[in-house]
Amino acid sequence: MHELSLCRRIFAIADRARGGRTVETVHVQIGQLRQVVPTTLAHCWRLLTVETVLDGAGLEIEHVPVELRCKACGALSTDSDLLALACGNCGSRQVAIERGEELNVTAIEVRVPETVHG
Amino acid sequence: MGRFHRHADGTVHAHDHDHPGHVHDHADDDHGDHSGYATASERIQVLERIFDENDAAADANRRSLDAAGVVAINLMSSPGSGKTAVLERTLAELRGRIRAGVIEGDIETGLDAERLSGLDAPVTQINTAAGWGGECHLDAPMVAGALHRLELDGLELLFIENVGNLVCPAEFDVGAHHRVMICSVTEGEDKPLKYPVMFRAVELVLINKLDLLPHLDYDLALFEHNLAEVNPDATVLRVSARTGEGLEQWYGWLLDLLRAAPTPA
Repeated sequence: MHELSLCRRIFAIADRARGGRTVETVHVQIGQLRQVVPTTLAHCWRLLTVETVLDGAGLEIEHVPVELRCKACGALSTDSDLLALACGNCGSRQVAIERGEELNVTAIEVRVPETVHG
Repeated sequence: MGRFHRHADGTVHAHDHDHPGHVHDHADDDHGDHSGYATASERIQVLERIFDENDAAADANRRSLDAAGVVAINLMSSPGSGKTAVLERTLAELRGRIRAGVIEGDIETGLDAERLSGLDAPVTQINTAAGWGGECHLDAPMVAGALHRLELDGLELLFIENVGNLVCPAEFDVGAHHRVMICSVTEGEDKPLKYPVMFRAVELVLINKLDLLPHLDYDLALFEHNLAEVNPDATVLRVSARTGEGLEQWYGWLLDLLRAAPTPA
């Protein structure tokens, strides 16, 4: 539902980074704990970029699964119950979220202008 | 799939562009001979958080509020849970004791702001439909605009009534000091399990419309159990904005916040 707002920010970041060049792909990281629907994000991206300087730029979404570090037993959980966010080893709720909250633009790919050397 | 480059020394190589972290660092004149080839692409590292701009604006909002000695509460719920009804009661109760103001967030209309007028509290409206699409949440830049319309120096407490929605408002820091939500008994016991991000984001949950319990098959203990599953630290208050039942605890919670807040320098 807020994917359109996110796309506006992704657009602004990519537009600044491209330095006037044509963007082919924008790479983003979306954590599992973020309430982002990838297909909606991709749809909003097309809607927002059409007939703009980023028209035709693809959106490459890297999905980042959740990783919890337990403060009680030290275990790293990668397949824990996402509702309770508890340690998969000892069940403690005292966990630090190590991965899964990402919402980043990591890179863009731009078309390199064709240069012909004499 | 790689992209081919032929360099000036005649060597040809391909770049694999599917590798995160793979950076091409060609100097401007070091692209080699690309004649006869399709244009190549170059990967540029960006590494920027999508929420950076919003979060910076949220921090600026908090600094403005702190400088004026105002405690701000981001009040969230689904549509129709009773945010405005709770605020009507609260403003009437605090009138003459606490100088409170309200930022009203809605996609359309100023109906809620009208309901809250006449309670001696300044109310300013944000209609998110002013942007393209009608945003389903408030963000920090929108709230910054509303803060400029309020005389913060005359306030002690500010309620930011978010757009009714259990998903998006949880993601956006608007610069408030505390996050509170209302969930009414007509919404069912399962909401904490369906919207864990929202229920995890708040420190207090008001269970509203308690006066309707005799007419519903609602299991209050089950709701509180589900809430504890996703947010064991949340304070839970059972209230009815219609009858006023339980609201004394809510007023007490607010007054405690104001007593605990640092006085502005």
